[in-house]
Amino acid sequence: MTPWVTVLLACAAAYALKLAGYLVPAGWFDGPRRSRMIALLPVALLSALVAVQTVVGDGGLLVLDARIAALAVAFLLLALRANFLVVVAGAALVAGVLRALGWS
Amino acid sequence: MTAAVEHPLTPDRRRAVVRQALSVGVATGAYGISFGALSVASGLTVLQTQVLSLLLFSGGSQFAVVGVLGAGGGGAAAVATSTLLGVRNGLYALQTSRFLGVRGVRRLAAAQLTIDESTAVGLGQEERAAQRLGFWVTGLAVFTGWNLMTLAGALLGNALGDPRAYGLDAAAAAAFAALLWPRLRSGDAAVTAVLAVVVALVASPVLPAGVPVILAAAAAVVVGLRRPGRHESAPTAHADDRPGADPLP
Repeated sequence: MTPWVTVLLACAAAYALKLAGYLVPAGWFDGPRRSRMIALLPVALLSALVAVQTVVGDGGLLVLDARIAALAVAFLLLALRANFLVVVAGAALVAGVLRALGWS
Repeated sequence: MTAAVEHPLTPDRRRAVVRQALSVGVATGAYGISFGALSVASGLTVLQTQVLSLLLFSGGSQFAVVGVLGAGGGGAAAVATSTLLGVRNGLYALQTSRFLGVRGVRRLAAAQLTIDESTAVGLGQEERAAQRLGFWVTGLAVFTGWNLMTLAGALLGNALGDPRAYGLDAAAAAAFAALLWPRLRSGDAAVTAVLAVVVALVASPVLPAGVPVILAAAAAVVVGLRRPGRHESAPTAHADDRPGADPLP
């Protein structure tokens, strides 16, 4: 497989998956239960993504490093009803400072 | 489908949504420089690198392609890993298609912009108009920033250094958490989130990268399909069970 074939196949498959979600007939997910399931899907995927981004390290092993400290600060700021930008910047600052101090 | 009432957004709300969208766009776009540098280092040309950011446009999948190729893996393995990571965009689209209500060319464009960030910002809003605005502004901001920074990274290498040094990875996770936060007041969503986190973390050490997050979608299926909703609890119907109420949490 040449690099161009690899690149274009990956692009085509990615777009086909994205578009497929838009082409599913709305009727498939009518009804309160299915509707709620579809509404909860992004909640499940994004929650899992945050968890993986925060505590999963090389080889899929769980590690506690600057990322978990930053997310803890983000949740603290959220509980204090801080502004969105303050939460995001606060987490970045904590991670950046901890890494500058040498904690992974 | 419920006919959600369309309220025009106040200028204040518009500004708040756009500010959220642009900050997510900047934080994510900055990562494009890492991708551009890594892609060229893995042996792809600048043009191939740029095509990935323009046409594939999904960070995790793009890093997977160049990661597998850079490690000497074959094209088939690169495409398979990339596609596996792309499954979640298709699952996002099931929900984003509902609040966007797009047809024709706009639907083709919305599909390309359906990624973690645009979905999260859309989902983080209460009103339908804000969901749409958040999705489009975030999608376009990330698309623009990601592609410009990809080009910069491909041409200049990693001139700014590792984005992790600036805490940008933590910024991305914090932004997703902040966008999910208002949703978690609903019991169903909170239970789903906790279940999803447990599934992903238990699966991570034993399954290939990308699979644990997709597996976590099961949390939505279990909570969504098994728990009787307010609208189905007919015997103890209360005043808040008004017909036509939006079933979305």
